[in-house]
Amino acid sequence: MFAVTTLALLITVSLTLARAVLGPTVFDRLLASNTIGTCTVLLLAVIGFLAGRPEFLDLALVYGLLNLVGTVAVLKFFHDGKPGDHRRDEEAVRP
Amino acid sequence: MSDLLIDLSSWACLLTGGLFCAIGALGLLRFPDFYTRMHAASVTDTVGAALILLGLILQAGVTLVAAKLVMIGLLLYFTGPVAGHALAKAAMKRGLVPLLADAAPSSSPAPTSPLAAATQHAASPGTEDAPSKP
Repeated sequence: MFAVTTLALLITVSLTLARAVLGPTVFDRLLASNTIGTCTVLLLAVIGFLAGRPEFLDLALVYGLLNLVGTVAVLKFFHDGKPGDHRRDEEAVRP
Repeated sequence: MSDLLIDLSSWACLLTGGLFCAIGALGLLRFPDFYTRMHAASVTDTVGAALILLGLILQAGVTLVAAKLVMIGLLLYFTGPVAGHALAKAAMKRGLVPLLADAAPSSSPAPTSPLAAATQHAASPGTEDAPSKP
C-alpha cells in the first residue's frame, strides 16, 4: 500500500515538473517548485515507512523548512530586487 | 479485529490522499491561468498531504513517529498559506492580471493571455471605423 502511494506521489511530481518546464511566467515555475517540495516531504515520509526506517521523518521536517525558506527568498528577490532590501514604498515614506 | 480496522482505514486514507495529490497536479498542468493553477495546487497542499499523513499516523500508532508526523503536518499547514500568499501577492505586484470571464467575450475566441486580450480590446474600435463596414 505504501508502494501505491509512492507511485501516486511520483506521478504528481512528474506532472508538476511538466508545469515547471512549460510554465509561461516565473510564478508558475515557483508554484510548481513549491508543490514539488510539499510532495517531496510526503514522499520522504512514505518511503521511510516503506523501507522501515522512520529516521526519514527528520529529513522530511528539515526539507519542509528549507522549502518554505527557499520559496520566500526567491519571491522576495522578484518582489523587491534583493533579498536584503527594504520594500520600495516603505522607503518612500521615510524622509 | 481492531488491527484490521485500523489497517483498512489507513489504506483508505493513503489511497485517497495519493488520488487527491494526482488530481491537484493534473489541475496544475491543465488549468489556463496562474491563479487557477494556484487553486489547483492548494488541493495537493491541503487534502492530499493531510490524508497521507493521517494514514501514516494510523500505521504508526501512539509513538514518537506519530508525534513527528503531527509536527510535519503542522509545518505544512502553517507554511503552505504563507507561501501561497507570498506567491499571489508577488504575482499581483508584478502586474499579472487574472483571466476573467468578462475580459473574453463569448463571440470572439478566447485569448491565450491577458496581454493579448488587452491588445485585442484596444484594437476593436479601430476596426469599427474601417470603411470596409457594409
